[in-house]
Amino acid sequence: MERIFDAEFALGHMNYWLFVILMMTGLYIVVARGNLLKKIVGLNLFQVAVFMLYISMGKIAGGTAPILIDNPDQLYSNPLPHVLILTAIVVGVATTSLGLALIVRINETYGTIEEDEVLEIDHQMYAAEVAEMNKNKPVKTDAA
Amino acid sequence: MEHHLILRVVTKILVGPILLYGLYVQFHGDFGPGGGFQAGVIFAVAFMLYGIVFSLRELRKLVPDWIVHQLIAIGLLLYTCTGLVTLFLGGNFLDYNVLWSVAYKGQHYGIIAVELGVGITVFAVMLAIYYAFAGRPPQLDDKDW
Amino acid sequence: MLSFFSAHSPLLAIVIPLLAAPLCMVFGNKSVAFVISFLAAAASFALSVFMLLWVKDGTVLSYHIGGWAPPLGIEYRVDTANAFVLSIVSAIGMLALSYARTSITTEINEKHHTLFYACFIMCFTGLMGVTITGDAFNIFVFLEISSLSTYTLVALGAEKDKRALSAAYDYLILGTIGATFFVIGLGFIYMATGTLNLHDLSQRLPEISDSRTVRAGFALIVIGMGLKVAIYPLHRWLPGAYTYSPSAVSVFLAATATKVALYVIIRFMFSVYSKDFAFEAITFQYVILPLALIAMFAAAFVAAYQINIKRMLAYSSVSQIGYMLLGLSILNVEGVSGAFVHMFNHAITKGALFMAIGAIVFRTGSALLPNMAGLGKQMPWTSAAIVVGGLSLIGIPGTAGFVSKWVLMSAAFEREWWPIALLIVASSLIAVVYIWRVVEVLYLQAPAKESVVQEAPLSLLVPTWILIIATIVFGLYADFAISISTTAAEYIMQGGFGGKEVIILGVEGR
Repeated sequence: MERIFDAEFALGHMNYWLFVILMMTGLYIVVARGNLLKKIVGLNLFQVAVFMLYISMGKIAGGTAPILIDNPDQLYSNPLPHVLILTAIVVGVATTSLGLALIVRINETYGTIEEDEVLEIDHQMYAAEVAEMNKNKPVKTDAA
Repeated sequence: MEHHLILRVVTKILVGPILLYGLYVQFHGDFGPGGGFQAGVIFAVAFMLYGIVFSLRELRKLVPDWIVHQLIAIGLLLYTCTGLVTLFLGGNFLDYNVLWSVAYKGQHYGIIAVELGVGITVFAVMLAIYYAFAGRPPQLDDKDW
Repeated sequence: MLSFFSAHSPLLAIVIPLLAAPLCMVFGNKSVAFVISFLAAAASFALSVFMLLWVKDGTVLSYHIGGWAPPLGIEYRVDTANAFVLSIVSAIGMLALSYARTSITTEINEKHHTLFYACFIMCFTGLMGVTITGDAFNIFVFLEISSLSTYTLVALGAEKDKRALSAAYDYLILGTIGATFFVIGLGFIYMATGTLNLHDLSQRLPEISDSRTVRAGFALIVIGMGLKVAIYPLHRWLPGAYTYSPSAVSVFLAATATKVALYVIIRFMFSVYSKDFAFEAITFQYVILPLALIAMFAAAFVAAYQINIKRMLAYSSVSQIGYMLLGLSILNVEGVSGAFVHMFNHAITKGALFMAIGAIVFRTGSALLPNMAGLGKQMPWTSAAIVVGGLSLIGIPGTAGFVSKWVLMSAAFEREWWPIALLIVASSLIAVVYIWRVVEVLYLQAPAKESVVQEAPLSLLVPTWILIIATIVFGLYADFAISISTTAAEYIMQGGFGGKEVIILGVEGR
C-alpha cells in the first residue's frame, strides 16, 4: 500500500532533511552567487552539510562518546565516521584556504572578485586574440 | 597596537595556557580525545593571537617564514619516516608493533611519533596560511581599526 | 634486499614520491628538488612496471597498511587493471618531470621552482594513490591530495597569462563539488553496508542492490567522479585548466588526471557495483552512451573552431573521453578492453602533443594558431612530432590511435551496433579537420614574422620523441597493450575483486 505522507518516516529521518536543506543551500549559493568569495562560503556550507550527514549517521541511540570506559554494557557511537570526517574537514580547510588564496590573486590581477566582471575581462582577452589572428590574414574566409 | 593595553596584557596571559593546552591535546591524544590535527591548530592559534595583537612583524621575527616552511616538510617527514622505520624493523608500513618488544607499547610510541608529525605539519600549515593572507599588502593601519 | 622491495612494492610505489615532496622542500634548491622528484617518479615507475609484469596473468597483490587485515585496515590492492593505469601514470609523470626542468624556466619565476617540483610530485602521489588503494575513503583522500596540488599547479600558469587564476578557481569549485558528491555517495553505501573496503563492498552490495540508498549512492559517485573525468556536460573546468597551466602540467594533467578518475568510475561501476544490477544497465544505455556520443561530436566540433592550440587539444580530450565511455557502455569484454587501450594510447598521444605544443610555446611564447605560421621549417622536429601525434589522434593505421579505435569498433560489431561503429569513423573525420588546421599553418603558411625561431632544445625534444616513438611502436606492435587490456577487461567484467590467486604481500600480520 502506498502511503502519501508518512509522518513517522519524515520525522525519523530528520537528520537527512536537515542535511538536504543545508547541502542545497550551499550548492545554490555556489551556482547563483556571482561573488567569488560568496561561492567559497557556499562551498563550505555544502561541505559542512556532508560532515553533518556522516556525524549523524555514526550516532547510535543511547551510545556515548567512543572512549573506552569500564562498564562493559556501555553502548558506543560509531567512531569511524568521526575519523573520516576529521580527514574531510582538513581537506575542506585546505580547499578553502587555497580558494581564498586564488581569490586574493584574482583580486590583485583582475581588480575585481565579481565573476561576471572576471569573465568579461577573459572574453576581452579572447577577443583581442581573435582580432590579432584576423589581422594576420584578412582575406581568409573559411577560418574560424 | 601599542595603545590597546588591555588586549596586550590579556594576550600575554592567554598565550601560555593556550600553548600548554595544545601540548596537552597533542600528548594526551592516545589516551583521550585529541591528536595532532586539533593540537596543531590550537598551538598555531596562540601564535596567531600574538601576531594579531603584537603585529605580524613581531611574530615573523619570532618564527621566520623559512622555519614555518621547513616545519611543514619536517612534520610530513616524521610521519613517513616512522612508517619507514617500521618497514625496516620487519613490519608492514606503519605497523607499530615492531617498534618495541611489547606490542602495545610499540603502538603507543608509534602513534605518538605519527601524531607529533601531524601536529607539526598542521601547526606550520596554519601559520603559513596566516602569514600568506595577513602578510599580503595593504596592511591595516592602526587608525583603521 | 630484492625480496624487501618486492614484498613492499605496492607501498613503496606510493611512499617514495610521498617522501620526495617534503625532501624537496627541506633542501630548498631547485636542482636538488628536480633530482629528488625525478628519481622518486622513476622508482615509482620501475615498481609499477614490476607489479604489472607480476599481475599481468590475473594475479592479485594485496598489501595491508599497518599490518591490519582488511576490511578493518586500509588495503592496497593491485590487479591487472590498476597496475596498467599505475604504469601509465608513473611513466607520463616521469617524462613530464624531465620535460618540466627546461619548460618551466620561461613560465614560472625561478624562486618557485622548488615548490613546483614538490607540488608536482605530490600530485603524482595522489594520482598513484587513487589508483592503487582498495579502500573507498582512501580514494577520496588521495583524490583531494592530487586535486589540491593540481589547482596550485594550474594557478602557477598565471605568471604568463592571468586567466590561469580564473581557470584554477573554476577547477577548484567544480572539483570540490565533484569530490564532495563522491563522499556523499560513499556515505550512502557505508550506511547501507557498514564497510568501506572495496572488496568487502562488492560482496555485500548484491544482496541489497534494490535499496534506494545504494542506488542514490551510485548516482552520486558517478556524478562526482564524472566531474573529475569531464564527462561531456560536466567538462567546463577542463579547457581552461589545460590551456593556461604551465606546459609540463598540461602534459601531466591531460595524460593522466582524467584517466585515473575514469579508472575509479570503472572500478565502481563494474567491480563494486555489478553491471548486472538493473539500474546500472539503464544508466549505461540511457545516460552514458548518449553522453559519450555527444561528447565525441560536440567537443570535436568545438575543437575545430579554437584558435589556441592547447585549448583545441583540451576539447579534443573531452571528445576522446567520449570514446572511452563509449567502450564502457558497449558492455562487453572488447568494449572495456577498448576503453583501457584507448586510455593508454590517448595518454601517450595527448602527452606527446602537449609536449610538442609546449616546445613551441617555449620558443615563441604563445600557443595561438597564427603564431605558428611557417614553423614547419624552423622547428622541423617539433612540427613532425605534432604531425605524427595528430595522425595518432585521428587514428591512422600504424599509429597507436588506430589500435584503440579498431578495438572499439570490433566491440561495437560484436554487439552488432553498426551505427556506433560508423559514428566512431565519422567522429575521427572531425579530428582530421582540427589536426589539418594546425598542419596547414605549420607547413603551408609563410612565417608571419621576420624573426627566426630556433628548434626547441633537446631536453624538450627527447621526452616528446620518446612518446611519439611509443605511439608508433604501440601502433605497430599492438599485442602488448591489447593483451594486457584484455586481461584487465576480463578481470573487470567478471565483477568483484577476486583474482586467480590473491598474494598477500608484506609481512604476515598479527
